[in-house]
Amino acid sequence: MSPRVYRTAKIAAEIAVPVLMVLGWQLYTVARDDQKFPRPTTILVEFRHLWLFSEFDRHLVPSLERIGLGYGIAVLAGVGLGIPLGLSRIGRAAVMPHIEYWRAIPPPALLPISIILLHSIGNLQKVSFIAFFCIFPVLLNTIDGVRGIEPTLIDTARSFRVPAHERIRRIVFPAALPQIFAGMRTSLALAVIMMVLSEYFASTSGVGYVLLISKNTFEFKPMWAAILLIGVLGYLLNLLFLLVERRVLAWHRGWRAAAAQ
Amino acid sequence: MSAAPASEGVPARAQALGPRLPGRAVAVVVPALSVAASLGLWQLVSRTGTISERDLPAMSTTVQALWDLVQTGAFWSALGYTVRGWAAGLGVAAALAIPIGVVLGSSSFAAAAFRVPIEFLRPIPSAALIPLLFLTLGTNLKSEVFLASFGAFWPLLIQTMYGVRDVDPITTDTARSFGLGGLERLVRVTLPSAVPYIVTGIRISSTVALILAFTAELFMGTPGLGHLLNYAETFGLNDQIYAIALATGFLGVAIHFAVVGLERRILRWHPSQRKGTA
Repeated sequence: MSPRVYRTAKIAAEIAVPVLMVLGWQLYTVARDDQKFPRPTTILVEFRHLWLFSEFDRHLVPSLERIGLGYGIAVLAGVGLGIPLGLSRIGRAAVMPHIEYWRAIPPPALLPISIILLHSIGNLQKVSFIAFFCIFPVLLNTIDGVRGIEPTLIDTARSFRVPAHERIRRIVFPAALPQIFAGMRTSLALAVIMMVLSEYFASTSGVGYVLLISKNTFEFKPMWAAILLIGVLGYLLNLLFLLVERRVLAWHRGWRAAAAQ
Repeated sequence: MSAAPASEGVPARAQALGPRLPGRAVAVVVPALSVAASLGLWQLVSRTGTISERDLPAMSTTVQALWDLVQTGAFWSALGYTVRGWAAGLGVAAALAIPIGVVLGSSSFAAAAFRVPIEFLRPIPSAALIPLLFLTLGTNLKSEVFLASFGAFWPLLIQTMYGVRDVDPITTDTARSFGLGGLERLVRVTLPSAVPYIVTGIRISSTVALILAFTAELFMGTPGLGHLLNYAETFGLNDQIYAIALATGFLGVAIHFAVVGLERRILRWHPSQRKGTA
């Protein structure tokens, strides 16, 4: 097979396989005719009906708000704690046991505790829950990023008597930024999961709540539509993140490309 | 090894920059003090009523509750169920993800064909499938294992694909010119060099599988630690809620260290584990 034919076949397969899969799913659900497995076309109709836009305000907006707040707090806290910890050996030794413990615990184990401690089943509890578990990837990557900085850079700045806060702002933070972004990307995917989990437990609104209610009322169409929404949400947030990252780290990629030449 | 002198230089430099404390004191004493201090703080905050003892049982009360709990058979069978869900989920995921990853990693045609479905299925959080599994497969081990393996499948698949793709082409070509056939190349060249990636994938997937096994128990009521927590929550037994969460954390830490230990053993031959190349 000539390379050109091979390449064309590859592109054809890339388009054909997903189309065939959806088609196969459609045919299977038509043949099975089971309300537990509605047809993809039915799910799409339900999706449009629910999320564009009758339940948009009531359930999607609260979920997005919780993700946004929880994730935002986690990023600020993760970077804010990670930079000093990356610079201090003793600080790292002191917090590492705590980090190892809290990031190994399955997050839902803390759902009941978060409700008891915060006296809340509203945004306070949900946002705190999301923020708490989204901190760890950002924090650990920030620590690693700061530790990986070429010591000569910091030494040079020190010998030029650049004050500590300027050193952090102009050298440490930018140098660690690529790795901070890697942590932020992991945390973003985590934020969606934590949003769903927190809304399964004692909630009155949100996408997770819609899933819960449709389970309790045996309604499969909204359930599938909500699963689809969560998938699309994760996909779009990741896409958005990559766009922002490309913009913010443009200098870094340019520098890397130049260094590679 | 050219890496040796550089790695010897690093600790000396780190000490020169940081405060002058012997390495061992920092590595052992500081973490121990820090853990002791936070346990003491927990006790103090609760006993002085800064946070009421009803909302935050004192550290000693929680440890006592955990002690009472570990003397019951129910606790150990719940722990066993959770470990079983984790192991079965991880096992199923590995049995599927590694072969599929090898195929998709070694054929750019197959990778292109399944790129879009993978990109769309991967970001679906497994947690979103809980209600569906609850109503289709029911409250049983099958649901729990399905959930855990669905979540654990993706990181392992991606890692295996990268690992297989990252094989040094010179090595493959050398093997080819020595007349090694396709299968032999796979077993003797491709798989060994993909092992570090696969092992990392297993470490990530192991955490995911444990989280999902526990989550299935908490929200679907399959037997295990999650179910025990759900029970304590329903009856407002705060001491037990804290004790079970504490035990779950210890289980997470134990599994993490077990997998990391296994990783070290498997990769003993690999440069990343050699002494001095930390």
